Amino acid sequence: MNRIKIGIGAMLISGFLLASCGKKTESETEKTADNVTEAQKTPPPAPLKVYTKDGVSVKAYDFDKLEYFLTQKNDTTYVVNFWATWCVPCVEELPHFEAINEKYKKDKVKVMLVSLDMFKMVESKLLPFIKEKQLKSDVVYLRDPDQNTWLPKVDSTWSGALPATLIYNKDKRKFYEQSFTYDELEKEVSNFK
Amino acid sequence: MKTVKIFGAVVLVAFLTAFGVKNTSTGYKVGDIATDFSLKNVDNKKVSLKDIKDAKGYIVVFTCNHCPYAVAYEDRIIALDKKYKKLGYPVVAINPNNPEKQKDDSFAKMQERAKEKKFSFPYLLDEGQKIYPQYGATKTPHVYVLQKTAKGNVVKYIGAIDDNYEDAAAVKTKYVENAVDALVKGKEVSVKETKAIGCSIKA
Repeated sequence: MNRIKIGIGAMLISGFLLASCGKKTESETEKTADNVTEAQKTPPPAPLKVYTKDGVSVKAYDFDKLEYFLTQKNDTTYVVNFWATWCVPCVEELPHFEAINEKYKKDKVKVMLVSLDMFKMVESKLLPFIKEKQLKSDVVYLRDPDQNTWLPKVDSTWSGALPATLIYNKDKRKFYEQSFTYDELEKEVSNFK
Repeated sequence: MKTVKIFGAVVLVAFLTAFGVKNTSTGYKVGDIATDFSLKNVDNKKVSLKDIKDAKGYIVVFTCNHCPYAVAYEDRIIALDKKYKKLGYPVVAINPNNPEKQKDDSFAKMQERAKEKKFSFPYLLDEGQKIYPQYGATKTPHVYVLQKTAKGNVVKYIGAIDDNYEDAAAVKTKYVENAVDALVKGKEVSVKETKAIGCSIKA
């Protein structure tokens, strides 16, 4: 009898470990498609501010507003990349995100580039960068310095290093704290189709 | 007999999963003993934690020259050292980046920056990038508050310096100060871990 009890206890413990292990390694959660129609009706939140310079503009959001773009439930797969103009590995991988956005447009894949540049760099660095590189993907600016509050809401495993990417659709969600090659990124995106 | 077999299998699974979890999350957790090191300071002398006299603990900051977030925090790191060195918790700054990958983080540039900003604390180069992975630092700036005990240097806090990288004047919660204040008073650190954006470490 005692043995059985221990056995069951160990099973429970291993089950728990398995569950937490899965969360840690994959950082992937299955989401149900509840409230799809309701969510689609909600209009996007108004930006805190729109920065414009030389014909280029970027919308600024705090995290509460940005969250809308990280939780849309429709038939599009969203590739959300967190980056900054000063982040060398981010800038290196940006062309891959641009290419994915262009190539899979008709397959309902949409790239959003969330800039985490410093506030004072929006007009001096970010807007000129968007113009110079002629970025076609949606670029938004996240202005929310209280990171300890919002970082875990993007993904519980995110340590805070850039670049980082979230890919999601109404059924699936996966987070990556890493840089991508084009092939790696394309492979991940194709897993969402 | 059957239960023994099942039990054995369950233990094996538990062991394997536990091992798997350990593999995916590297670096220290709060409560772990942090390693000491011997790294070259900007004055060309090697520095180890154990050599720092009268220390009751340390504020180990992985930081660098090139990262705008690290730069935004420079003055606050200097202020931390000023305030807490005399209370037994000096700042020890470590540049974890490989200068070959990040030219602005070369040893010469570190010396330049330390001089410009009059760093009152050691600014060490993690040559070969061997120390930061043991701590589990992923970005700059990334802070580890350690308390010196008979068992070794115990990790008491991991994370951000405060809750506003952009504007020191708008800070609401000073995580590192709160942690060190608690340790100085012999109390438990209340917020033991926080997260913040930083520049990924270039190894």
